[in-house]
Amino acid sequence: MSRLPQGGRIDRSRPLRFTFNGASYGGYSGDTLASALLANDVRVVARSVTYGRPRGIFSAGIEEPNALVQIGPEPMLCATQVELVDGLEAVGLNGKGRAVAERDTARFDKVHAHCEVLVVGGGRAGLTTALAAGGSGDRVMLVDEQAELGGRLLTAGWNDWLASTVAELLAMPEVRLLTRATAFGLYDQNLVLIAERRPDGGRLWQVRARKVVLATGAHQRPLVFANNDRPGIMLAGAVQTYINRYGVAPGQRAVIFTNNDSTKTVQADLRRAGIRLEGVIDVREGRAVVDTLAESPSPSGEINSPSPLVGKGRCGASLRAVVIAPLTGDGPRRELECDLLCVSGGFNPTLHLFSQAQGRLRYDEGLACFIPEASLPNVEVVGAASGDLDGRGQGAIMPYWVIPGDDGDWSTHFVDLERDATVADVQQALGTGMRSVEHIKRFTTIGTGSDQGKTAGINESAIIATQLGQPVGAVGVTTYRPPYVPVPFALMAGRNRRELFEPIRVTPMHTWHVAHRAVFENVGQWKRPRYFPREDEDMDAAVRRECQAVRENVAAVDVSTLGKIDIQGPDALEFLNRIYTNAFDTLKVGFSRYALMCKADGMVFDDGVVMHIGPDHWFATTTTSGAAAVFDWMEEWLQTEWPELRVRLTSVTDQWAAVAVVGPRSRDVVRSLSPGLPIGPESFPFLAIRETEIGGMLVRLHRITFSGELAYELWTPSWYGLSLWEAVMAAGEPLGITPYGLGAMEILRAEKGYIIVGQDTDGTVTPQDLGMDWMVSKRKPFIGQRSHQRSDTSRPDRQHLVGLLPLDGHELLPEGAQLILQPDGANSKIVGHVTSSYRSPTLGRTFALALLQSGRQRLGTTVYAPLNRHVVAATVTEPIFYDRENARRDR
Amino acid sequence: MPAVIAEGIRRSPLADYAGRFAASHGGVLIREPPFVAQFDLRAEPGDTDVMRRVATALGFAVPFGPNTVASLDEHRALWLGPDEWLVVGPESQHQVLEQALRDGLAGAFGSIVDVSAHRTLLEIRGEEARDLLAHGIAIDLDPRSFPAGSCAQTLLAKAQVIIERRESSFVLYVRTSFAGYVVDWLLDAADLEITSSR
Repeated sequence: MSRLPQGGRIDRSRPLRFTFNGASYGGYSGDTLASALLANDVRVVARSVTYGRPRGIFSAGIEEPNALVQIGPEPMLCATQVELVDGLEAVGLNGKGRAVAERDTARFDKVHAHCEVLVVGGGRAGLTTALAAGGSGDRVMLVDEQAELGGRLLTAGWNDWLASTVAELLAMPEVRLLTRATAFGLYDQNLVLIAERRPDGGRLWQVRARKVVLATGAHQRPLVFANNDRPGIMLAGAVQTYINRYGVAPGQRAVIFTNNDSTKTVQADLRRAGIRLEGVIDVREGRAVVDTLAESPSPSGEINSPSPLVGKGRCGASLRAVVIAPLTGDGPRRELECDLLCVSGGFNPTLHLFSQAQGRLRYDEGLACFIPEASLPNVEVVGAASGDLDGRGQGAIMPYWVIPGDDGDWSTHFVDLERDATVADVQQALGTGMRSVEHIKRFTTIGTGSDQGKTAGINESAIIATQLGQPVGAVGVTTYRPPYVPVPFALMAGRNRRELFEPIRVTPMHTWHVAHRAVFENVGQWKRPRYFPREDEDMDAAVRRECQAVRENVAAVDVSTLGKIDIQGPDALEFLNRIYTNAFDTLKVGFSRYALMCKADGMVFDDGVVMHIGPDHWFATTTTSGAAAVFDWMEEWLQTEWPELRVRLTSVTDQWAAVAVVGPRSRDVVRSLSPGLPIGPESFPFLAIRETEIGGMLVRLHRITFSGELAYELWTPSWYGLSLWEAVMAAGEPLGITPYGLGAMEILRAEKGYIIVGQDTDGTVTPQDLGMDWMVSKRKPFIGQRSHQRSDTSRPDRQHLVGLLPLDGHELLPEGAQLILQPDGANSKIVGHVTSSYRSPTLGRTFALALLQSGRQRLGTTVYAPLNRHVVAATVTEPIFYDRENARRDR
Repeated sequence: MPAVIAEGIRRSPLADYAGRFAASHGGVLIREPPFVAQFDLRAEPGDTDVMRRVATALGFAVPFGPNTVASLDEHRALWLGPDEWLVVGPESQHQVLEQALRDGLAGAFGSIVDVSAHRTLLEIRGEEARDLLAHGIAIDLDPRSFPAGSCAQTLLAKAQVIIERRESSFVLYVRTSFAGYVVDWLLDAADLEITSSR
């Protein structure tokens, strides 16, 4: 055991048990997994990703590149970041993590917050800033990625100052302190994203701050030398953290290897922990560690370690000794036995967020690191992050970026430990002619690991600079991008998953549909019944029965989802004439008309029905999925192009529920619902609008059809939608009224050749392509008109909407099937595709709609759809299969 | 079209949620006041005659400040745009309110559209109401930015809402077809621990 008898901020009254690689260990509350492993003398934690080299704990924080572990479904966590809890089961990574099949039970959540001052980092600089800001009455937020506030102070023993400062902050009502929360992205207008770790998952904070103060500290960086990856080689500051904060001695015999003054305090800490100091190697004194030696495997081939990962290492295991030589000249080499090498190559101010916010960095020769070049508006950098490294005691530094090995071999000089990328890799990149640090990053993968090169990046730049003989500042650093730390996708999703993944929109009749076993279909965000199966009916049987009910008897469908727009004003008629391809001048009050609109490119955009419901008062329906886009489109033209038109639009989609009563006996049902209403073909003709009262509800009635049958739409405010639907079903019951869904509706409309925008059109189809010239006015201007005069929109070989009848009436063409002109497919160009395809109970056979090149010139010919196993031949027809005379509609 | 002829046939969009509203949700109370009268008013703010007539008919002037609410007793007008207001009143005043607006506009250019059944209201009160809403609404709901008498058109999770702050509650105006989603989302957030850590 390497746990010190006293000291540290751990709670020795709360012992914990955990397992690592299956072996059981003890630790204390306040430990990280890393400190507990060190306390139990577990030196080798993982194997490296490319070479499988044993790796130990390198740091004490977020910058850890080596000690990666899997815990349950979390495949890649830093042992230095994992708080120890009782019963924790961790496994060291053997190169990579493992995706698990089980459902992740963690709960993630998102929340928005606003403040005047957001301080990132809870070390001395951050706490001081928050304290000053907190007294002003402004809202202040202080976030820190660790479990405890204090940052470096937790290592430096400022316990009393820390306790009183935190207490003072807690007493400030407008100060919010957030721990275990890593600010990982700084975006425009000071939006800061913060990942908070919580016991059962996590929370994403989306913070808008008037001012952001970055007190993000500095990461110590290592020196680069041969075999610098062995377990037992650790950042000097991390050694101090394990001793002072966790009460752990990470070794028994230590060597310090440094190029700056920060390691002066390490000696006292080692002494206090009873660790023997074997030597201090300081490049400023002309000496360096030029190689390291590992423990030998035991005679059985096993390293004396409880970790199963370590058994068969081809590279040995933990550090046994370091090899020391003068930096210049041929002085004597010397081996120094040790199991702990405390390394410091200086410090990198943590400027990832600053850089993300477009802050520019410059290399400071005196500090040997990159610091902010200029300030950003509303972003301030304080403390070590700003280059004030006094607190870290860097003092005089002599950068010495790579220490040559004995034999000219650079393949074990690891620059990026997590990526197993070495100086040899950098040399190879340079050898290919690369010069940009961004290129070399991508070639070598340095900085692309989950640690994003926190300890590697600046060394990479400096090594490149050294090799090229350039100043480090000229090479620069790679661009920092969010996220600063890995964040799970589940955190981004928050609670928007499963039932809450997308809004589910339902009509007022939804409960009836559910109670009557409707099978639902998603239409945009809406749930719409696809069919209502009886007993053991399958979809085909139910849809067939529903189609027959419409054609032969009476049926009802919920059409509440249609988009609805109220249009008022003296210029409403002019507005509608400009928006739609067809004209409404002759549409009298009390009547409605089918309406088609194009975008400016002349392509069909949406269709619906325009109703003239009063003087200067109109009403338009849109397709269900086009509702929002059409409303926005109309508003855009009204507000930006035609502000002189006196028209006002109001979206009322959810105001109204609507039921379509359809079929040859629909008139009987409507008559029994509203006995007083004159309803004969003459008194209530096709496309007329009436108002009536049904069972205490005021109802607007439209004679309109989407099936070709006699049909009525009954509209009522949505509060009454369910009652109206129930009234229709009750009135129709003696006749055997049948509820139907989208399955039947689509077949019925296709039999009549009624298009569905977005299914039979795809944004490249003009009204003329659809054979709907009759919908295109020649007497007034409208959006898209000029595009219809382009040569391309009038060429004869455009794709036209046609019908297809497979020669074999049992063969159902797949929607999307490509069409060719030759049965064998050889040398045959694709000339179109199937847009809609169904089995028609009415026709007793299959049929389809298709877009076919020069389709109207090919009527009566045969086209072919090559499928996986066979070719389907079909006759080209006009796109109408039923009641061409509209006798059934107009009866 | 006046909506009500017979009682007992209307159903508010969240009628099925009464039981779940009754349960406590971490110090937040959620309620749907049903069938509230709502009219979308479009009128020219520069037409002082119209504005004066509307103010007389309503008993108070509609607000001109963006995202503010003017009210008198149970009646209120929410600013939705430079020439658009949502005028809200008690269910019992549905026809009276509509007539008042028509008298006010009196044929001038604009529109009055009954949108009472287009959105339903969700009243959210309790100490943690703001924390709860902050899970789904991006705007700053702190009283210093969003005091009583404020309103905004924004998103809650993925649904459009109008949010209004009253003296002791927030009121969400939610489109009827989204109401179930919004409430499911809010109750899920409330049942997760909503207390923010300090």
